This record gives sequence, C-alpha cells and structure tokens, in this order.
Amino acid sequence: MSASVPLQRKSGIAQLLGAIPGAGLLLILMLALFTLVNPRFVSQTNLVNVGLQTSLLLMIALPMTLIILTEGLDLSAGALLGLSGVIVAEALLAGWGVFAACAAAFAVSAVFGALNGILIAYLALPAFVVTLGTMGLMQGIALVLTNGDPVGGFTPAIETFYRSQLWFVPLPIVIAVALYAALWLLLYRTRLGNYVIAIGGNKDALRLAGIRANLVHLAVYVLGSAIIGLSAVLLIGRTNSAHPTVGIGMEFEAIAAVVLGGTSFEKGQGWLFGAVLGALAITVLRNGLNILSIDSSLQVVCIGLLLILALLIDQARKQFVRRAA
Amino acid sequence: MTVPATLDIRPSSLSPDAAALLGRLVLIVLIAGALTAVDPGFASVSNLLNMLRQASLLFLVASGLTLVIIGGGLDLSVGANLTLSACLAAAAIKTTGNPWYGVAVAIGAGTLIGFANGLMINRLRLPPFLATFGMLWVAQGIAYWFMAGQTIYGMPMSFRYFGTGFFLGVPLPIWITLVVCLACSTLLHRTTFGREAYFMGANQTAALLSGVPVERRRLLLYVLSGLTAGIAALVYLARLNAAEPGIGEPLLLPAIAAVLVGGTSLFGGSGNIVGTVLGAILLTIIVNGLNLLNVAATWHPFVNGAVVLIAILADLALSRRRPGSS
Repeated sequence: MSASVPLQRKSGIAQLLGAIPGAGLLLILMLALFTLVNPRFVSQTNLVNVGLQTSLLLMIALPMTLIILTEGLDLSAGALLGLSGVIVAEALLAGWGVFAACAAAFAVSAVFGALNGILIAYLALPAFVVTLGTMGLMQGIALVLTNGDPVGGFTPAIETFYRSQLWFVPLPIVIAVALYAALWLLLYRTRLGNYVIAIGGNKDALRLAGIRANLVHLAVYVLGSAIIGLSAVLLIGRTNSAHPTVGIGMEFEAIAAVVLGGTSFEKGQGWLFGAVLGALAITVLRNGLNILSIDSSLQVVCIGLLLILALLIDQARKQFVRRAA
Repeated sequence: MTVPATLDIRPSSLSPDAAALLGRLVLIVLIAGALTAVDPGFASVSNLLNMLRQASLLFLVASGLTLVIIGGGLDLSVGANLTLSACLAAAAIKTTGNPWYGVAVAIGAGTLIGFANGLMINRLRLPPFLATFGMLWVAQGIAYWFMAGQTIYGMPMSFRYFGTGFFLGVPLPIWITLVVCLACSTLLHRTTFGREAYFMGANQTAALLSGVPVERRRLLLYVLSGLTAGIAALVYLARLNAAEPGIGEPLLLPAIAAVLVGGTSLFGGSGNIVGTVLGAILLTIIVNGLNLLNVAATWHPFVNGAVVLIAILADLALSRRRPGSS
C-alpha cells in the first residue's frame, strides 16, 4: 500500500504520527471510550452487529474509493441503492427467479453507471452535478415504480441469504472482505489499477501515453455502480423489504468513510484500506451513540463532526511531520 | 464620418448575455402558450401570479447559490439550511409570539451556516461540494432532532403577510424577489466585490496573484448564500404556515437547476442573477404544466434530475461554441 502515505525519513515519533491517519486515532479513542462507558459494547453480539453494519457501508465505500481516486464522486450511490433494491423486489414479486432479479438490478445499475461515466469521463462534466442529476432520475424512477411505498412480501430467500453464515462468519462480512480483496488486487496488482490512480493524478498524461483513459474512467463508474446495485440485495435482505428512499444518505456515509480514511479528492491520493478504517469509525460511532441512546438524526451530525475532527487531526499531523523533518 | 459598407448592427446591438436572457424569455412564453392551449385556465391572472409566487420562493433559494457558483464554488446545503432556519424561526415565533424574533433567528441561523461553510472550505481546504454536502446532512440532522417528529404550525397573521400578503395587487414574495434580485445584481455588476467574484470564478489563481483577497471574498459569498437561504426560509414559513424537517430537501435540485437553466456556468466566472429569475420561472412552469397534465408528483425528482442534466449539457454545448472559452 505504498500509495497511501508518502515515505519520508523522519524521527521515530513523527514517522509514527505520519503513519496513522486521523480516523485510526479516533477509532481507537472511540473504542476505548465506548467500552468504558458501557462494557456491553464489546459483547460478541454487538461486535458481530458492528461487523454487519460496517460490511454494508463498505459495499458502498469501497467502490466510492475507486471513484474518488479518479477525482470523481458519486452522489447518486444512495439513490441507486434504493432503486436497485426496488427492482429486485418488484422482479421477485413478478415471479422472476432470484438470479434473474439480481441480473436485472445489476444491468440497470451498470447502465446508470455508464450514464454517469459517459457524462463525466467523455464530456468532462463535473461529477458532483452529473451524479446529483442522475440521483434525481434514480430516485424518481424508484418512487414511480413503488408510488413511494415500501415493497415487501417477496421470497424469504433474500433474507435467508443475508442471515446465512460461512464458517460461523455472517455472509455479508465474508462478501465485504472478498470485495475488499478483489478491489485491492485490481487497484494494486493490475495495470488497470495503475491507470485508475493515474486518472486522478494526470488524465492527460495517461491519454498521451497511449492509454484509452476515457474508457478506464468510464469503467470505474460502471464497476462502481454495478457493485453498489448488487449490494442492494444485502440491504433488502436485512429488513426483508425494499424502500425506494432507504439508501438516501448512504452516499454521505460512504463518502465520509472514504474521506475519514485519508483519501483525498485531489490527484488520486488515497488508499483502499482507508475506506475500511473510515467505515469502521463511522459504524463504531453510530453503534456507541445507539448504546448511549442518542437520537439517530443527531448521529448524522456527529458523523459530520467526526469528519471535521479527523481532517483537523490530519492537517495538524502534516504540519507536525513537516516541522519535524 | 464614413460608415463601413459591411456594418451590421444586429448582432452587436445585443450582447451575448442579453441574447441568452431573451432566448429564455422566448422559451418561457412558448411553454406558457402551449400550456394555455391545453388549459385556458393557465393564463388566468390568479394562476400566473400564483406561479410567480412559487417561482419567487425557488428564486430566493437559488439567488445566493448563483453568487457562489459565479465565484467558482458550490453550495449544496441551501435546502437543508432553509429547513433548519425555518424550523428554528417557527419555534422562536411560537414561543415568543413576536415575529421579529423569528426573522432574527432565521437570518442568523442561515448566515451562520453559510459562514461555517466558508470556514470549512477556507481553513480545512475542503472542496466546496464536500463541505456543503456534509453541511446538508448536519443541518438536516439538527432539524430532525430539534423537531423530534413534530410539526410547528399556526403562525401569527402579521408574519404570514410575508408569504400570503399582497402589496399593490402583487404578492409580497414577488416584491421580496425583486428587492433581492436588484441587490444581487447591483452587487455583481456595480461593486468591486462583484467583479472580483467573476474574476475568482473564471480563474482563481489569477485572481489570487492579482491581489484579490480570495479567502475573504469566498467567505462572504457563502455567507450571502446562507443569508438568502434564511430569507427564503422566512417566506417559505410564512407561506406554508408550518415548519417540519422535510421542507427544504426537495428544493436543492430545482435550485441548482434554476441556476444552470438561467445560464450561470457551473464552471464559474459567468452568469447573472436575472437568468436565475427566468430559470426559476421556467422550472415552476414545467412543474405547473406537469400538474396540469395530471402527471403524478412522484415524477418530480425525475424531472428535476433530467432538467439538471439537460442544463449542464446545454451549458457545455454553448461554452464550446462560444469563442475564447475552454
């Protein structure tokens, strides 16, 4: 993961401080604090719960990392999650098989990813407005399909899938780990991964080097949306129902996780593991606030504050490292 | 005095900006004409005034956003800002019974949120869309927590006058729109601050190197955006006569669409406030027309999204055709 932190020869403490991102420090602090406040926090049931919630968030945050590495952004991720879940549910209700329903959601997600990608990669339009516009499209379609009501009563196979385990590990956690491994290999062990990082660094240089940079850029959005669309299956499995607006806000948590983890919106600077750190920090925060019975709408505010705190720590850390050098 | 034989006064008599505004005006008249053909009731004075009043609410949210976008930034928090300001103002009016406390609270809260946006962008070096996107969720979260599932309704009549009253036969929100539009226009075209905003939006590095205090100007732009969101919150509250935490969120997409349809470039450095007025009217007419054609309200997010995408594509096509721009 050499792409993460620039290696510099520094005194021991500066090196250590330079290596742990703000999210890591805050995560350790929060773990200690919540355990002190309520020992129930480290019970096995609660930790499994944290793992499950983190894995769901990671299904969005990991593809979001790839997109942000290209100096992009996907504000439509939450709306796509809702739309994709609705499509799976409606298809199942219409008598489709589970695989056919997932394939339909996959296809629709990939098409929307392609729409985002074409507008952003080929027409060089700003990602935040393009995805804000497609967010409206997706949310609208999900609302029109369902009339704004939740869809339930489809086959329990989805819920069974969500609740099943592999060697005592809940399946969603296994899937998130597998996704991390796959994207890690893609990003750090293939040429395509190099191109993805290079798009954020200098797309023109990549194009001049004879690489079809626009195509790679487009592929990132298609892949990202496809992954996000498929993870809707886990989301509707959790509650055994699909709600058209259930995903709204997930894009904020995913982007917050990526930024918390130390990935920057500039020059393709970032690392995949940062998303794991950030997602863990957000989930631990939410979980701890739940145990303290703090209102869920205030939890969003706390995520915002956590983000600002992490950014301040990272800024102070950079200054400290620079001064120690 | 010799006059060149090839002199053609037609194109030069109309600046590109004026031509663009005229084009939008023609578009509005065309759509309005088509809708009148479908339903003659559309062109009635009461419906037109009603629509202008709706458009003025949208414009107020979009006005500060226009200034920010011209200056090369973005404010995604305007809708949530309106929500929080309206909820706080409603609570202030309800508990004190004095509308002026509500006015002070809404304007104060709105301005403070804008100030926080500016600070985050200046000090934390966050990209504007990220900082204001975070603020969107923070403000909305505070509003939901503050309201705790309740709706505050029943404002005093003296306050509701701001939203429902008439002055010289014209609804008050339209007068407020005129004042805000005039103020923004003066600010943009008659003050150094305005020219510097265009400069910053066109080329921030050049502006910085030319001695424009970019950070201070940027802070002021976000404060103004928060201020107009606070004013919009008051008009909204007075019109709805109720505050609940869901009111502002659906306004973000239409507000951005109004700015873009109004011809303000997302890339900064060009655009004007009158365009945003026309953009807001155009969007309101579209929604009004959809209702007239019995299209369900669930389609509105789709339509707003489509309008945003079409507007940026049009902006791209036009800016490529315009000589001298990248």
